[in-house]
Amino acid sequence: MMNKPILNVSNLTMDFGGIRALDSLDLDVNSGEIVALIGPNGAGKTTFFNCITGIYTPTAGDVFVTPPDSNKQINLKGLKPNQVTEKGLARTFQNIRLFEKMTVLENVMIGRHCRTKAFIFGAILRNAATRKEERSILEFSYHVLEKVGLADFANEFADNLPYGAQRRLEIARALATEPLLLLLDEPAAGMNPQETMDLDVLIKEISREGQSILLIEHDMKLVMSLSDRIFVMDYGKKIAQGTPAEIRNNSAVIKAYLGEEVNA
Amino acid sequence: MISLKELKKGLLTSLWFVFLTFPIMVIKVDPFERTITWRWHNAVYMAIGTFCIFFIMKFYMQRKEMKKDTQKDSNDSILQKTLLDTRKRNIFIGTVLAVALLFPQFVSSYQTNVMTTALMYVVLGLGLNIVVGLAGLLDLGFVAFYAVGAYSYALLNLHFGLGFWTVLPIGGLMAAFFGIMLGFPVLRLRGDYLAIVTLGFGEIIRLILENWGTFSQGPSGISNIPRPSLFGLDLSLGQAINYTYYLMIVFVIITIFVVNRLQDSRLGRAWIALREDEIACQAMGIDKRKTKLVAFSLGAFWAGAVGVIFAAKTTFINPASFTFLESAIILSIVVLGGMGSIIGVIFGALILILMPEYLRALSEYRMLAFGAILVCMMIFRPQGLISNIRRTYKFDKTNLKTTPK
Repeated sequence: MMNKPILNVSNLTMDFGGIRALDSLDLDVNSGEIVALIGPNGAGKTTFFNCITGIYTPTAGDVFVTPPDSNKQINLKGLKPNQVTEKGLARTFQNIRLFEKMTVLENVMIGRHCRTKAFIFGAILRNAATRKEERSILEFSYHVLEKVGLADFANEFADNLPYGAQRRLEIARALATEPLLLLLDEPAAGMNPQETMDLDVLIKEISREGQSILLIEHDMKLVMSLSDRIFVMDYGKKIAQGTPAEIRNNSAVIKAYLGEEVNA
Repeated sequence: MISLKELKKGLLTSLWFVFLTFPIMVIKVDPFERTITWRWHNAVYMAIGTFCIFFIMKFYMQRKEMKKDTQKDSNDSILQKTLLDTRKRNIFIGTVLAVALLFPQFVSSYQTNVMTTALMYVVLGLGLNIVVGLAGLLDLGFVAFYAVGAYSYALLNLHFGLGFWTVLPIGGLMAAFFGIMLGFPVLRLRGDYLAIVTLGFGEIIRLILENWGTFSQGPSGISNIPRPSLFGLDLSLGQAINYTYYLMIVFVIITIFVVNRLQDSRLGRAWIALREDEIACQAMGIDKRKTKLVAFSLGAFWAGAVGVIFAAKTTFINPASFTFLESAIILSIVVLGGMGSIIGVIFGALILILMPEYLRALSEYRMLAFGAILVCMMIFRPQGLISNIRRTYKFDKTNLKTTPK
């Protein structure tokens, strides 16, 4: 189970006009792993997320997802964001994008949308099947909220939550889609040290349940503490990959972050 | 107290208003006598008036700010609090129903007719509420669907002799179909751009009806449309009016029932999510295209059905009944009542339709008062009369209970 790849990105390229934001990027995530994607500002990390989740259509390259119960690879390239989510990639956003005028619980319930079916007639007639489904949505969502520690806020409006809790709600919402791979875009951005520590615990807890995670993060302490493997990007290219220890001593990475030493 | 800075600002504001209203308040041109009268005293009144209003507004705003700090749920109106209490709510609904049912027995048929019109706008408002209030798609051409429904009945009756009850669902479905037709090209549009295109759509439908004479009989309209039938009974005019009224009451209740169920369903949540954040909504696995199209067509369905009733009620329709002003009024109903709130829309419709009717005494100033009330609403209660309350859920560990609010 451990080393089975679930996400394979190969040769991913994205051009915006004349600017090559991603340059033939390869990346893979194995089942149950926490993989971090780091790099200086403007390296193309969020663009990478947007490409694999269908918000942008990549210029070239492929994104394959392998569900754990089969060996068939599904190509996500060219699918719409909602289809990508259905296939098992769920993401959070760098700038929090919650549904502010919905309750915390409803935010999570939205995550269940792609795993449920009731439609117009189900909604109007509210027959047994629909009631059962609604109930399962509620139970699942509440359970996810308990997991991230927001159950007490279930009926609050999302925009009334404190910042750190909003971040966790985004994670809960993504988890509600039962993703194969959870994509976190700078989950610790703007958090204070205490909130970051809580987040560290939360992500480890989610990971212990077997959830595979790919995260973008700038907080190096958090990245080093969490990740099994790290990919480093700069100017749209992958410049290094390896375990935290390897990355820490990689000269190309140090160069990208700190600049080159000048020899007089 | 009032600082010098505020005093200066107030003076400047009043000066600005004097300048703005100068042409209409001060200059009076008599084209026959070829004279110009300068009514300087009007400018003075204007200045004093604006100056006073400036400070009254200031005072109100300050009080509102203070309230916001001290009290968290100050935006709950008394009505809203009544509705939150289940027992009080049942009494309230019971009273409203009783009054509604007995209404035609106590008032003239003119009043009943006016009330029927108001109820039609309640349904129109609830239909548009799906599109604007829930799904957040600003639609300025909603009257087009109303027209589609009305003309469906008029034309199907004229050419094929179909009755009211047959056409009622057909009119609704026709409008829903047109909703999808409008929905497809505007899937990618949002906000202002969507508003412009829907506005254009509304005008296109009206212009077609006005100019395609062989199809719709042009501006002269279609007359002698039969009233709704009741098991083939012959109704007198008074009876027919009462009958239409009760029909409308039933229709309103059905609409409220359906819309209420829709907004608390999986679909309703998807609409609200779409309104709140389109990108996040898609990223959470909601099919934007499908959700939008369903919102457009379901909203249009109600407009179409009401259109059929409208044609049957007035027995005469022409394109002049379906101008942009109608769209604007229906939109005002939704905005005034509170986006996404069913009770709010009902009150909005009753106020906006009945008020001009009873303000006839002020006839010429009717639209002015109408405008002033809307402006005041936007300043003092931008969320509408009744803000939308989301359903809340209570949790026992063993048993999940839901308490709709």
